[in-house]
Amino acid sequence: MGQPLLSLRGLTKAYPGVIANDDVSFEIGEGEIHALLGENGAGKSTLVKMIYGLVQPDAGEMTMRAAPFSPSEPAEARRSGVAMVFQHFSLFDALSVAENVALGMEMPPKTRDLARQIREVSEAYGLPLDPFRTVGTLSAGERQRVEIIRCLLQDPKLLIMDEPTSVLTPQEVDILFQTLRKLRSEGTSILYISHKLEEIRALCDTATILRLGKKVATCTPRDTTARELAEMMVGSSFAAPAAKATRPGEVLLEVKSLSLPAPDAFATPLRGVSLSLRAGEVLGIGGVAGNGQDELLTALSGERLAPQGTIAFKGKDVSRSGPLARRALGLLSGPEERLGHAAAPNMSLVENGVLTASRREKLVRRGFIDWPGAARFAERVIESFDVRTPSAQTAARALSGGNLQKFVIGREIMQKPEVLVVNQPTWGVDAAAAAAIRQALLDLASEGAGIVVISQDLDELMEISDRFAALNEGRLSGARPVAELDIEKIGLMMGGAHDLELVSSHA
Amino acid sequence: MIRLEKRPQPSRTWTLASPILAVLLTMIVGGALFAALGAEPLTAIRTIFWDPLFNPQFASYSRPQLLVKAGPLILIAIGLSLGFRAGIWNIGAEGQYIMGAICGAGAGLAFYPSDSALIFPLMILAGALGGWAWAMIPALLKVRFGTNEILVSLMLVYVAESILASVASGLLRNPEGMGFPGSRNFRDWDAVANTEIIANTGMHFGVLTAFIAVIAAYVLLARHIQGFNIRLSGEAPRAARFSGVNPAAVIVFCLGIAGALAGLAGLFEVTGPAGQISIDFNSGYGFTAIIVAFLGRLHPVGILLAGLLMALTYIGGELAQLMLGLPGAAIQLFQGMLLFFLLGVDVFTNYRVRLNLGATA
Repeated sequence: MGQPLLSLRGLTKAYPGVIANDDVSFEIGEGEIHALLGENGAGKSTLVKMIYGLVQPDAGEMTMRAAPFSPSEPAEARRSGVAMVFQHFSLFDALSVAENVALGMEMPPKTRDLARQIREVSEAYGLPLDPFRTVGTLSAGERQRVEIIRCLLQDPKLLIMDEPTSVLTPQEVDILFQTLRKLRSEGTSILYISHKLEEIRALCDTATILRLGKKVATCTPRDTTARELAEMMVGSSFAAPAAKATRPGEVLLEVKSLSLPAPDAFATPLRGVSLSLRAGEVLGIGGVAGNGQDELLTALSGERLAPQGTIAFKGKDVSRSGPLARRALGLLSGPEERLGHAAAPNMSLVENGVLTASRREKLVRRGFIDWPGAARFAERVIESFDVRTPSAQTAARALSGGNLQKFVIGREIMQKPEVLVVNQPTWGVDAAAAAAIRQALLDLASEGAGIVVISQDLDELMEISDRFAALNEGRLSGARPVAELDIEKIGLMMGGAHDLELVSSHA
Repeated sequence: MIRLEKRPQPSRTWTLASPILAVLLTMIVGGALFAALGAEPLTAIRTIFWDPLFNPQFASYSRPQLLVKAGPLILIAIGLSLGFRAGIWNIGAEGQYIMGAICGAGAGLAFYPSDSALIFPLMILAGALGGWAWAMIPALLKVRFGTNEILVSLMLVYVAESILASVASGLLRNPEGMGFPGSRNFRDWDAVANTEIIANTGMHFGVLTAFIAVIAAYVLLARHIQGFNIRLSGEAPRAARFSGVNPAAVIVFCLGIAGALAGLAGLFEVTGPAGQISIDFNSGYGFTAIIVAFLGRLHPVGILLAGLLMALTYIGGELAQLMLGLPGAAIQLFQGMLLFFLLGVDVFTNYRVRLNLGATA
């Protein structure tokens, strides 16, 4: 490898109370796919923001092709040939693809010319996309293509991708990888941020690993095992969940052709969802985001009531019971969105404990809250689930994502549910915390509880589920034992069969 | 350059310090305003904040006025604060106050001139019900049809004012009043007169009720599950639904309590300080109470202090108009500043100010 495209030397950035990046140096070569790997809070985002000109470093310097490079704003970084695809898309649902792309340009060409350019780029890189479609009708994978094409139109030298596969089906991931490899063969460098180790080993030429703001190592991922990468990332060996030996028992939860209209214009209706869950069993529900996961959870938790006779808990119809009644029976749940749904951001952990545990932990007597008891409950969750927090009186929003997730999942597990339904239990959580949460779920199942895990992380589902089903546009496939499945079958179950083949000669 | 940095947790110190700083800033800027109007600023500030309580010449009259004015403000603001905590914006306390007064007064006058001991309790009940019923209109419309409670409750203020004008010169007019609009004077009717409980303190039953409401609201919010649900609904509506809180029940509860307390305030006012239902009976307590609720951080004890402070600026303001010839608009401006600074200074509770001079690094 000759001259590097971009080299970072001694980059340091401190925020009050935390050093986000401490003396980070590495080089990104011309035409290489360089992985940036690290737990949540390891400093990946800050580092990328410095390269993209969103944040200025406190110390250190960057050079691009030997020339000093210190963008003070994203527009400057873009002019130097740096483009970025964010994890959260910044697209307007009501506008067309071409209009969205034009919005990001300083001097947009005429819509007709732009549409032609979009078509050319999308064909050249195998990213099928109609420039005149309304973004609101696109799937998450297609939306990501809009963002990628928006970047490619700038003809970048360095493309930064922040966790690009978190919203994609396996087939869409394949398409993305082919695009990225084609870009590499044309000499474009890619900085690829992820914590999915297998992906990095399959795709990337080099990997730089960050931990607590410091660079741990730069290595060649193909020559390193996933376990070694994970250990470098986490800093200590972590336990993979132990397999369990109990046999499924009686049916605890039975859902029969549950249909619910979409609560708002951008939600998904549930269409004839049926499932049954036995004691001691983990049912994994996969599917791409936005296919009814949230709607299924709120229907099972009781936040939205279901039509009579569709949901039975231990043979008792609970379709018309609210969350309090279902919790009292033993049907508990943990939503995906931590802040604002599972927990109230500005309230303390003690108060957030009362949020779901008031009944089962007897924290309310004759209408009055037993605050000392609530504090003891919160302390127990904090201790059992190793939640890192200054105190139980700390506001939920002050905790890191992983620690809050441990708290909200722990809060439900500590109440000894008979059925626990969780959505994205390890989303945005670092590897060590994710392993702890999965282990806790498996332990709960081995004690005889039934568990429904809704997740977009297929590796996670394969690891902990006994049976697997997939949600697609609000429909739930039949559940099949995980042992019978491979990644191809799962992809088909997830059902995004339309629009997935690579485009060869298509306009 | 000045930068604002979000604090990980709201600062406890600033939660307490910001109202004090806001009062100080109001005094400084208000003093400058009074100076520009030709008054001695220190004298003006002293006239507003000190003389009503401690000047031997005025205090005997104005000290009782402090509780008379603060009572209804606190009572209404306590009710409003529950709704505001839950994200329910009842702007129509003025209307609920009027309807409470009308219903309570009407219930009493129906038995005139009975001197039964049950009449005053009956009037209190009717006053609370009147305010409650008036608040149920926006509550039920919101629950049933999703209407905006801000608009509905505010519009109902004007409806209530029209009803007030109508009954003052019609239904409830004093038959012995020579045809002048206005009801019988309750202060002349011993069985129902809401007189001072302790002489020369301004302490009437309304003030007592306000103090009870402060304590009850404190216990509700700090210890009771219903108060927890109210706070939760305001902080995170989705989390509240996940927890099992019925949003409709919270709306009905909060608007109902606010309406009932505003109605009580109206009833105690009409039987006490005001004395009768008249066309211009309402004097804006329902709107000022919104300021009091926010000035008090939506916290019961804060509201108690804020109500007293607001009453003080009213009494002191009148005194300043009288003694220094300051225009009434200047006094209103002064009160407006208080809210402005309070909301402005509030930023320090959640943000930290960073000064970095010159250097970009």
